[in-house]
Amino acid sequence: MEVCGSSGVSLREFGCEQSLLSRPDGSASFTQGDTSVLAGVYGPAEVKVSKEIYDRATLEVLIQPKVGLPSVRERSQEQCVRETCEASLLLSLHPRSSLTLVLQLIHDDGSVSFSKTLCAVKFVVNPLLMFLVECSSLAVPQLLSCFLNAACMALMDAGLPMSCLFCGVTCAIDTDGQIITDPSAAQEKESRALMTFAIDSKERKVMMSSTKGSFSVHELQLCIAVSQKASEKIFQFYRDSVQRRYSKTL
Amino acid sequence: MFPALKQRVGDVLLPGDEFSSEDDDTISLTDHVKPEKVVCGPGLRRSGDRLVVCKSGVLRHKQPNMFWMESQQRRYVPAKGETIIGIVTVKSGDIFKVDCGGSEQASLSYLAFEGATKRNRPNVQVGDLVFAQFIIANKDMEPELVCMDSSGRANGMGVFGGGGLLFSVSLGLVRRLLSPHSEVLSDLQQLFPCELVVGMNGRLWVKSSRVQQTLVIANLLQSCDTMTAQQRRELFRRVAQGAL
Repeated sequence: MEVCGSSGVSLREFGCEQSLLSRPDGSASFTQGDTSVLAGVYGPAEVKVSKEIYDRATLEVLIQPKVGLPSVRERSQEQCVRETCEASLLLSLHPRSSLTLVLQLIHDDGSVSFSKTLCAVKFVVNPLLMFLVECSSLAVPQLLSCFLNAACMALMDAGLPMSCLFCGVTCAIDTDGQIITDPSAAQEKESRALMTFAIDSKERKVMMSSTKGSFSVHELQLCIAVSQKASEKIFQFYRDSVQRRYSKTL
Repeated sequence: MFPALKQRVGDVLLPGDEFSSEDDDTISLTDHVKPEKVVCGPGLRRSGDRLVVCKSGVLRHKQPNMFWMESQQRRYVPAKGETIIGIVTVKSGDIFKVDCGGSEQASLSYLAFEGATKRNRPNVQVGDLVFAQFIIANKDMEPELVCMDSSGRANGMGVFGGGGLLFSVSLGLVRRLLSPHSEVLSDLQQLFPCELVVGMNGRLWVKSSRVQQTLVIANLLQSCDTMTAQQRRELFRRVAQGAL
């Protein structure tokens, strides 16, 4: 949301709550600015023989949008989240089991619905045009980082063994070449490039990146450095919220 | 590493936190140095020469050298030696398949009961509750249960369950109930006389003289999960006075 200069990244406010659902084995809700996501984890549970892997657990990620059925956009986001989770979970400790992660978008700040209303208008005129518009807004970066954060907190809440934590950070490069972390919907629209990175907690390396727009290699490296700095805040927030949870004397 | 671990006992740790032996690399040249041994329990893993935390929770310590992560979890993972409440799902030939709450169904042989022989089969039907312990429970093999201890005696294990109520709670509450000098258990004993079976897979079975009392105890135990000690004592006191 803020424009960052040479030092000091600022992110919108975020909040999180763990163990709020009673049926799943682990659940968490993560709010970043106006975007709010609810995550539920089931596992390690029984797996269908067709999907079982002999030496590790089968992770399945399901993303439900706010309205409508999941589409191609959700499938690409699911793949990003699944690959990040598979890299940080110790899947070999639960072979022939299934882990299911369900992410439900509760509220977003309008960047998604903009493209959907555009589709509804254009559909009558030209169905082909509607398909093109859908493709261009395939992976909304700012939602993806919120999904990643909610997924990490839910996996921790479920007690699944992990080798490291991960967090999602979004960067935007606006028309002047300035790098903005955690952009709002308005800033996203005016930017010429949008990037989401998943950063791990041990060595601050990039686990997953999803980019849209045009940028130079130098700008990419600058964005990665800025995201790594922003991830420190998010990991400190994870630590504080888990400490608050365990501080209740039972 | 031992002093570094000791220092952080009682702290909340997250997956990815490490303990390495590089920090204390000063070895005395005059004293006799014994190699230190650290026993890692659930939540701690060894990776090379480092100890890595793999579950979020509180680091606990037991003398002389045992460390583990105490975390709040709902899903059970079978472990050898633990006693659980299982539900018989399939009766096929010589073995029963028992649902123990894990990722796979466990198998229970018909000969694993006290006094069972090929002629004298135990009376177990599909849907029965069994209190059994794991003799094989690892990630590579199908878990196996038995209803007797190593000397062949039942020791409280076997089929049970007429007239009671089975319900699920979190694993943390079950461990608190089974710990020595459990506060929850002592508070419960002062309420109504009841029969309670505690399975380490998060299942509890309770039976009291009246159905109403059974339901009250079941609700109390399920709500104990999320209450602090003070709130729990307050609630039990209100129930004892007959408010609920």
